[in-house]
This record gives sequence, structure tokens and C-alpha cells, in this order.
Amino acid sequence: MTKNIPAIAVEGLRKRYGEVQAVDGVTFEVAHGEFYGILGPNGAGKTTTMELVEGLREPDEGSARLLGQPSWPRDPGLLRRIGVQLQASAFFEKLTAREQIHTFASLYGVGPERADAMLETVGLTDKAGTRDDKLSGGQAQRLSIACALVHDPELVFLDEPTTGLDPQARRNLWDLLRGINSQGRTVVLTTHYLDEAEILCDRVAIMDSGRILRVGAPSELIEELGVRNLEDVFLQLTGREYRE
Amino acid sequence: MSAFKSLSLAMVKGQLRDRTAAFFTLVFPLMFLLLFGALFQNDSAPRSHVLQVGEVAVLDEMPAEQRRGLSEALDVEQTDDREEALSRVSDGDVDAAVWEDEEGRIELRYSAADAARAGTVQGLMQSLVQSANLAATGQPATYELATDQVEDKSVKAIQYLAPGLLGWAIAMGSSFMSAFTLVNWRKKRILRRLWLAPVSPGTVIGARIGVSLGMAFLQTALFLAIAVIPFYGLKLTGSWWLVLPLVASGTLAFMSVGLLIGAWAKSEEAANAVLQLVVMPMAFLSGSFFPLENMPGWLRTVSNVMPLKHLNEASQGVLSRGESWGAALPAIGGLLLFAAVLTFVASRLFRWDDA
Repeated sequence: MTKNIPAIAVEGLRKRYGEVQAVDGVTFEVAHGEFYGILGPNGAGKTTTMELVEGLREPDEGSARLLGQPSWPRDPGLLRRIGVQLQASAFFEKLTAREQIHTFASLYGVGPERADAMLETVGLTDKAGTRDDKLSGGQAQRLSIACALVHDPELVFLDEPTTGLDPQARRNLWDLLRGINSQGRTVVLTTHYLDEAEILCDRVAIMDSGRILRVGAPSELIEELGVRNLEDVFLQLTGREYRE
Repeated sequence: MSAFKSLSLAMVKGQLRDRTAAFFTLVFPLMFLLLFGALFQNDSAPRSHVLQVGEVAVLDEMPAEQRRGLSEALDVEQTDDREEALSRVSDGDVDAAVWEDEEGRIELRYSAADAARAGTVQGLMQSLVQSANLAATGQPATYELATDQVEDKSVKAIQYLAPGLLGWAIAMGSSFMSAFTLVNWRKKRILRRLWLAPVSPGTVIGARIGVSLGMAFLQTALFLAIAVIPFYGLKLTGSWWLVLPLVASGTLAFMSVGLLIGAWAKSEEAANAVLQLVVMPMAFLSGSFFPLENMPGWLRTVSNVMPLKHLNEASQGVLSRGESWGAALPAIGGLLLFAAVLTFVASRLFRWDDA
């Protein structure tokens, strides 16, 4: 592994949808093993940024390199090394939790034992026979994360994994995400929860209107701007209240 | 397990676990075959039913061999009560009553309500009397009628019902499955998720086609197995197996219909509604439920643009009318061309996301 190249190197990404400039010149780097957060209110351009970085969409301008490889055009060799969780849980119709993860495992050439172990890791062994539409919000998110991790990727993208969960389920998920990161994986997560970013992330990029306003460790940003928490950081940077 | 196998398995499970969809695409057409096949079983020309009052020499003295041959066309019932016999004729209960008067004249009374049946029974009795007359003279016949069977061009109900209903089942199943997969996978972002997995589009599309072909062949096997049991009485002819490539190309053609509708539709419900609007009228116009011969000419012209009509006709030809490549190849070619054109149009309308 070449540790001297960053896990993610993003350079001048732009994407326009009709009249809307969803992403307007985004540049950042993520180091190996880092837990990186992209933080901002709804409509800030987090998801589009994530999709451009993952290689799901072609950028109008700029480039994203993952583990040294460009993510666009699609490169199956690179896709084996990254894991993604999309915003809505992408599950197959009418399959049980175990069948879902076995299907995803086989897409990556991973055996059923490893898939079952992953189900155990996210604490869903007792829900293995439950169909996706009968899982609670937190269980569905954990299954979705398990499906993203089943092939043991070096780099993991999670798009708003805790949205819509109750506080207890969020905390459970935070423990899971910390565990994933502590095994040496690079994790990138988008969130519109400031507290989540503050607790989980080594560094955060604060986004608004398709641009990154500031990047830094949560504690440094708070200190630098002389405020109490990330909410105040956002207020300072944009001049408006943070609205979820 | 390979990606191809596991995706196929995911599709099959998803489809069979959706009870309503499984019923309407797999069981429903089979029920039609079981029901229609039984209803239209005796669709051939009915036998004439004649009441014989008292003794009638030409009937009673008929040689046994001739009597057997006649029993295909004529059913004779004995009675002694002429009044009752006549009232049964006028009720339409039997086709005619026949008796012999004192001078040996044969009297036939029929009801004119059904002209065709009246004509048949008159002709039959006439020929019986004439041949009895000839036999009475002891002379050889001056003219002789030689008869032989020609290749059977007529169609028994099961001969068009089996391929017609099978065609309808294939059209419904294939189009529904591909539309549903496309709409559902787009809505649930599985398409996006698969893009980010190291699996080739060919594997995904191949799995979808493989599952649809498998289902179509299973339906074909069930349809034929039912149709050939003696109760339904379909008799397969030489190149009947050509129905397999026909069904395969039909499956591709109707999958492309589903792709086009799926590319357009925003929800499974919308796709299903549009599919019903397309498939049902097409099935009627393609002779899936009744023969096209009964349709007005302009409607038959319209039916020529229906891919299902060509599938039905070619399947009927190879299954039970002794036809072969000559009937199958043009239909296969046409269906594949249709599939190619519609798939191309669908690819232009393809969207990754709902928005």
C-alpha cells in the first residue's frame, strides 16, 4: 500500500442540474484511516458531492481519485476496494436480511460465511430471516452498512446513515461506525447532525450552497472561531442559523 | 455463488413471493387454458339427432358396417309415439322425426329454426333413401363418389387455445417482469448500487433475461402438458419443439415492451396499469382467446402489426398443423427485430433515478 498518496483526493468538482449548481468547485483530501465528515444542511450539496466522489455520476468539471485511481469512468477494480451505502436503503424486493447480504456478497465474489459474520457484526443475526420491509429503521441502516462492508473495503462511504433514527439507534450506530474506523478503514460520512460530526469525525468539511466553507477537526474549528460548538461555527461562517 | 446466479435467485424469489404478481403471471393463464379448453371441447359440427317412429326399413335394414360409419353423423332414437316425436321436433329437442307410411313412403319432419341442421338431416336421409333404392335394383351404380381425407386445415378449439393462451401468458409475464424490475430497482436505487459494485451490466441484464426465459419455458411445458392430455386432446405434430425458439424470441419481444413502459413509468402501479392496457387488447386482436377468422377484415389488418399475433400463428402452425421452419423463422426474425427496435427506444428513455 502506498501510504503517501491520500485515500481520497478531490480537485475542483462541479456539477450542475439545470439551473441549480449543486456542487460548485469542491476540493479536499482524506488521509488513510481518517474518519471524515461532510457536514451541512439539506440541499447543501453533500449527497451530490458524495456521488461524484464515489463515481456514481460524471462531474462537469474536476476529478476525484480514490486510492490513487480516478473514480470516473467506472472501474470495477477500484469498486472492489470501496464500500458504499446510498442514502435510501437499496434492498432487493421481498428478500430477507440474510438473502440481501448474501446477494451483495456474491456481487463481490465473497462467500456466505463472511456475509453471515458481517450480519453478526452489525447485530442482526436474530433478524436474519426477516424481510427488508419488516426491519426497523435502525436495523435497515445496519443491514445497509453490513452490505457496504461485506467485501472488507479499504474505503467506506456512508450517506446520512443516521437520518430518521431514534436517539438510541443513532448511538448504537455510532459505536458500529467507530468500530469500522478503528479497524483501519477510511470512512467518509455525510450528515446534517452537527453533534454526530463532532463526536465521530477526525475532520469535517462544512458545506453550504455547493461549496466547502471550512475544513478542520471539530475541536479546532470551535477553538479557532471562539465559539461553543459546531452549530456556532456554522452560524459564524454563513451568518445564519443552522436549520436541519 | 456467482453474481449471475445470485441475482437470478434474488429475482425469482422476489417474483414468487409477490403472491398477486405470481398468480396473475403464472397461474391465471393456466386457469384459462383449463377452463376454456373444457368449455370448447365439443366445438366440432354436431351430430344430427333423429327420432325414428316405428319401423323404418332403410334404417332398420342398414348393414352393420354402414350403420357404424353413419353413427359419426347421425344419432337415431326409437319411439312409438308420433305425436310426442313431432312435439319434440318443434321444441328443438331433436332435429327431425322419421317414419314410414303404409305405402312404404318415408316421411321426414324437421324444424326450420336451424336451417343448417335441417339441411344436414335432409341430406343425410336423402342419401340413405337413394342408396337403399339403388341396392333394391340390384344394379351396379353408374356413378360413384370416391372420397379421401385431405390435410386437415380446420382448427379445433384446443389447437388455437393452447398456443394463443400460451402467447398471452408469455406476453403478460415477460413484459410485467422486465417493467417491474426496472421500475422497482430504479426506485429502490438498486440500479445505482449495482453500478457501484464490480458487476458488469451484461451480468445483470443476462440474469433478467435468463429468469424470464426460464419462466417462459416452464409455462410452455405446463401448457403443453395440460393440452396434450386426452381430455383436451391437442395432438403435437413433427416440429412442435420449434415452439421453444418461438417462445424465446417472444419473451425477448415482450420484455422489450416492458422495458419501454418501465423506462417511462414512475411507479410499479403505473407500469402495471399501462401494461394491462397494452397487453389485453393485443391478446384479443392476436387471436389468443378466439380465432381471428371471426373478426371483420379491417380489424384483422390491424392485428397484423401485433407481435403476439405472429407468435400465436407460428406456434399454432408448428405445434399442431405440421408446419416447420417455414412458419417459425419469419416469426422469430420479426419478434427479434421488434425486440431490438423497442429496446433501442427504451435505452433512449432510460433513467437512473426517479427524479
